[in-house]
Amino acid sequence: MPHSPKDPRTLQLLAHEMRADIIRMLHEAGSGHPGGSLSAIDLLTVLFYNHLERTADNALAKDRHRFILSKGHGVPAVYALFAKLGIIEPAELMTLRKLGSRLQGHPYNVMLPEVEASTGSLGQGLSIAQGMAMAAKIEHTDIRVYALLGDGEFQEGQIWESLLSAPKFGLDNLTVILDFNKGQIDGPTSEVMNIEPVVDKVQSFNWEVQRIDGHDIAAIDKALTNTHARNGKPHFIVADTMKGKGVSFMEHPNEWHGKTPNAEETARALAEIDILIHQAASVLS
Amino acid sequence: MKIATRVSFGEEIAALGATDNDIVVLDADLSKSTQSQIFAKRFPDRFFEMGIQEQNMIGAAAGMALMGRKPFICSFSTFVTGRFDTIRMSVAYSAANVTIVGTHCGVGIGEDGYSQMALEDVALMRTLPNMHIIQPADDREARAAVRYLAANPNPSFLRLTRQAVEDVHDDSYEFRFGKADVLLEGKDAVLFCSGPVVANTLHAAEQLRAEGHDVRVVNIHTIKPLDAEYIVRAAKETGRVVTVEDHNIIGGLGAAVAEVLSEAAPTLMKRIGVRDEYGESGSPEALYTRHRLDTAGIYEQVREFLIA
Ligand SMILES: Cc1ncc(C[n+]2csc(CCOP(=O)(O)OP(=O)(O)O)c2C)c(N)n1
Repeated sequence: MPHSPKDPRTLQLLAHEMRADIIRMLHEAGSGHPGGSLSAIDLLTVLFYNHLERTADNALAKDRHRFILSKGHGVPAVYALFAKLGIIEPAELMTLRKLGSRLQGHPYNVMLPEVEASTGSLGQGLSIAQGMAMAAKIEHTDIRVYALLGDGEFQEGQIWESLLSAPKFGLDNLTVILDFNKGQIDGPTSEVMNIEPVVDKVQSFNWEVQRIDGHDIAAIDKALTNTHARNGKPHFIVADTMKGKGVSFMEHPNEWHGKTPNAEETARALAEIDILIHQAASVLS
Repeated sequence: MKIATRVSFGEEIAALGATDNDIVVLDADLSKSTQSQIFAKRFPDRFFEMGIQEQNMIGAAAGMALMGRKPFICSFSTFVTGRFDTIRMSVAYSAANVTIVGTHCGVGIGEDGYSQMALEDVALMRTLPNMHIIQPADDREARAAVRYLAANPNPSFLRLTRQAVEDVHDDSYEFRFGKADVLLEGKDAVLFCSGPVVANTLHAAEQLRAEGHDVRVVNIHTIKPLDAEYIVRAAKETGRVVTVEDHNIIGGLGAAVAEVLSEAAPTLMKRIGVRDEYGESGSPEALYTRHRLDTAGIYEQVREFLIA
């Protein structure tokens, strides 16, 4: 069956619905990372639906496009997508971080192969994605490989080893998406360890770089479509995002990095997201 | 009182900073978790936020140490000891006076799961010939260990907990580096334990003693250099040896004790710990039950071993 891309308005509605799933599962778990899950969900929604073309049927197909969540703590966003796509049961989201659950606090590919690789120690996912892209080249497949990185994670040395080496191997089937939400744990990224000017840096390493608003669904879709082009260079998307996006009181560079909402905060967050969902739905109809 | 040994560290290093100007503290975007933030606020000129760059932090600390400073470098234990070759060359082999402060050891961290859990850190650090390894059991011991490390230059590793741990010492306690700390005397078996499981081991021992098993409990805060002389003597006196640790049984305290005894006084042993598995997500309590590191789990395993 040929893949039919979803339009930006439908994707926005889906992303907002998954924001609610993220809040619900993190509240139930009582620990985890809302800030970096909410900043990434718009990016990942467009990626999974329109560019990985992910479905429950192809989630483990040999020729699937690959996605590595290098910033493993953002995994609630991925689990929400798995539930939306029918890869896991929605009810399973409530088992997050509980003993015996496949939904580990950070991705674990042995229990849940759909996450592709085990991550959570920052800085390692890009090299894994690079290797997958190298393997895809050897096999002459059309497989594309994507990796989502955090801006704090971007400080790790191993990232720069991969940035240096991926162009050497002409990995135009590899795309980095940088969730540039300006925050990490100890403070704003600009204070902890500035990574700017990030576009200049990565361009000088011979990557094809785009910079977009990481919450503008149409812009994300366009940028990701550009990554289908094969011109010998790996692709890099700097996505300007907001940590905690969609819940006003969570929109802060580090306040809600690794803190989960209590019952009252959860109710407030869900009420705000509900408004977003209604707005997105009314634009659709 | 119940407090996490990372908190004891954070408070103590900040207190020492007032009188010892050579102390510098580095962290890799986890200063709130490691509690180095207390020092950071008090001595901003001697605190260095390295960002998420554990490897660079280790190397830079080695450089500072070789210039005469006393760096304490802080992160989750798995992230920092995981940069093994950098520690091996720049710190250990260079004999740089760096103290690696690894917090969030063991399955006791809970929900974050295996990626954030240090279950192999003792094994790694133990293979470095001149590395000192201290794992305190409670608040008093953790503070004493920090004072000891600040006063005694050597490549060192301090292994700390995320979770609060019970006091097992009182104010009369005197920390003696490299010496076994006997908490309970007994002659039927000796239970060597370290760090977050010491209190549970004591509770299990009390139950066993109530049933007539006269077990001895010995806290091994210094895992390297190990008090081999005491370990051999205790093994000979009791004839049965148990080790308890929140770490893989491969390479940790149990392995260290077994290495000593197999050469000097071969003794039947039971190693209690994470049995060559990866950790997983779950509440700290659920994980201690699952890995049989709670009081009941330790009690049952020791009892089975004693009556077998
Ligand atoms: C190697 C390593 N060091 C430290 C950590 C602890 N840690 C978890 S998340 C985080 C901050 C990540 O910041 P960023 O990459 O910007 O993620 P985001 O803000 O998108 O959540 C840190 C330091 C880790 N998981 N791995």
